[in-house]
Amino acid sequence: MKLILTIAWTHVRSRARHTGFAMAGVATGVGFSIMMAALMQGSQDDFTQRLVNAMPHITVYDERRLPPRQPAEQSFDAIEIHGLTPEARRPGIKNPLATMAALEAWVPGGIAPSVRVQGIIRYAGRDVGTAIVGIDPRREAAVSDLPKQMRGATLAALYRATNAIILGDKLAEKIGARIGANITVQTSQGARIGAHVVGFFHSGVRQVDEGTAYVLTRTGQILARQTGLINELRLRLTDHLSARAIAERIESDTGYKSVAWQEANEELLSAFVIRNIIMYTVVGAILLVASFGTYNIVSTITHEKARDIAIMKSLGLPEATVRAIFVVEAMMIGLGGALVGFALGYLLCLGLGAVEIKNPFLDANRLPLAYSAWHYVLAGMVALISSVAAGYMPARRAARVYPVDIIRGAT
Amino acid sequence: MSAPTASRPVEQAASSSVPLIEAKGVTRILPGIVPTTLVHDINLQFRENEFVAITGPSGSGKSSLLYLLGLLDLPTSGEVLIHGKATAHMAEAERAYTRLSQLGFVFQFHFLLPEFTILDNVLLPMRALDRLSAEAMQERAVEILSALSLSDHLNKRPDQLSGGQRQRVAVARALANDPPIVLADEPTGSLDSHASEQVFQLLRDLVDKQGKTVIAVTHDLGLAQRMDRRIQLIDGGLVGETPQDSPPQQ
Ligand SMILES: Nc1ncnc2c1ncn2[C@@H]1O[C@H](COP(=O)(O)OP(=O)(O)O)[C@@H](O)[C@H]1O
Ligand SMILES: [Mg+2]
Repeated sequence: MKLILTIAWTHVRSRARHTGFAMAGVATGVGFSIMMAALMQGSQDDFTQRLVNAMPHITVYDERRLPPRQPAEQSFDAIEIHGLTPEARRPGIKNPLATMAALEAWVPGGIAPSVRVQGIIRYAGRDVGTAIVGIDPRREAAVSDLPKQMRGATLAALYRATNAIILGDKLAEKIGARIGANITVQTSQGARIGAHVVGFFHSGVRQVDEGTAYVLTRTGQILARQTGLINELRLRLTDHLSARAIAERIESDTGYKSVAWQEANEELLSAFVIRNIIMYTVVGAILLVASFGTYNIVSTITHEKARDIAIMKSLGLPEATVRAIFVVEAMMIGLGGALVGFALGYLLCLGLGAVEIKNPFLDANRLPLAYSAWHYVLAGMVALISSVAAGYMPARRAARVYPVDIIRGAT
Repeated sequence: MSAPTASRPVEQAASSSVPLIEAKGVTRILPGIVPTTLVHDINLQFRENEFVAITGPSGSGKSSLLYLLGLLDLPTSGEVLIHGKATAHMAEAERAYTRLSQLGFVFQFHFLLPEFTILDNVLLPMRALDRLSAEAMQERAVEILSALSLSDHLNKRPDQLSGGQRQRVAVARALANDPPIVLADEPTGSLDSHASEQVFQLLRDLVDKQGKTVIAVTHDLGLAQRMDRRIQLIDGGLVGETPQDSPPQQ
């Protein structure tokens, strides 16, 4: 093994400039792959984080996934019954306090009840469809970042006026409402009230900022025209990644449709999958192109060293050893390139992280970058494997050389 | 001048009735539009402690025969046996191993690796065989090179030596794994008469003092006369042999 390393090292060194170029190719591939992965993952993490912060991790709705079994079906199970008028169901979660208490007993995190109604906000002749959520400001901190997202007022401002309302900042912009404005809120249930804008919030997720308003629970119930109505429970978990499993259990325990944040944003998250596939394809292509350089240099060396190969084979070095010499050379290029690439990738990330940007879609003025050892390990491994694969072909060809052909030619 | 002799491989202890190396009906034809016959139906036996000259005009197939005996080339038909063992159908790795452990080759041109020192060149076959410890290899390589008066040049590269010195390094490398057979293809062909004589003496000593079998191609009839046995080739065929009684033809 030491022999193989010694010979390989001698060859690589004797071709320092060329191997340098091949290494630079691999390094560039690795460096940019790392940068791209950091950028992709960074923006994905950043977006997910904002999503997770802006939304409840789990929302329990007053709906069921399957239509409820009708009383007649329950009593006469064997019979198929047609033409029943379905029993009208009163909206809302039954016994919300008891349900909440039951959940609080085992769910790690906070719970808050709320009433959500669809309404139209009218101001200065403009109508905007809005989700209006009646909340309990004292409980809100346990389930969302809303208290932190407030602009121009605190959440407690909801108590300061009758029918106080807090608007998403984009929504307020759209209708041109300022703090103190009196707007009209109308719901499909037929309620219509005048509300007093006491503050804005900014969550960073456009759909939320454009289409959500908060009121007190009581106001929400008035808008829904049903006293005591609670039609959703919002949960924030200590670990947002456990949301799916917990939502499933809540659903089977209570029968109410429970939606984890991942499910609510499935399309977005699957867009990330596609984005990642694109990223890995591009990164793979970069590294593949880099491995062509390795192929090239190993081929060159095997041609230049044809006489040495013949000598080694004539001395009795087996094919496998000769092959290994050139595979190791490719590995040295891959390894050297990967190490330089790590440094390059890190520097690129630092550089990119230092760039200030103004992007209307991002709150931060720096690019979000994820620093992960995995990116380095992965890029390094792909570089190494593709280098070895690229070196293997010329190495095999070289090892098969028939020494006599070359010795005959030389004497 | 006596290069140290490491313990001989076990195979060699086999009875002396088995030739060390034997060619049985060896024919080598280069395929092509006009196939070229390099050697034709060669039958030869070599035993331990022989000093053999292969002579013949240029192009008569001397080198080709040596490559076949040295397992560098495969016969089109016939068989080369080492210690009575057929080699034609050996796996590549086994043939390489046999070459590494049983055969030492010295070419007309020294064929040293240009980027390695003299010492590393001699160490190469030992490292490939990997039978000794690193220290023992080093020690042995230095001993062999010293015995060939090369101890001042251990860390030089081949291009820093004279032709005669390089050829002696090539001999040292051939002896690295202490093979019982040394094959030399015009080892003095590119040397002046002084260096030529030195290398010849070296081969002579291998036979006389170490009991090795040396088969050397030469077109220098003077040198051939000083060897123990001469084999003459013309047009790829065996035409004569002195002394006459030596090989039992089959
Ligand atoms: N690769 C080859 N292609 C065609 N002819 C060859 C080749 N190698 C050797 N020969 C021919 O084979 C014959 C024997 O060559 P060789 O064994 O080198 O002879 P010698 O060593 O006795 O000079 C010569 O006629 C030579 O021209
Ligand atoms: Mg010749």
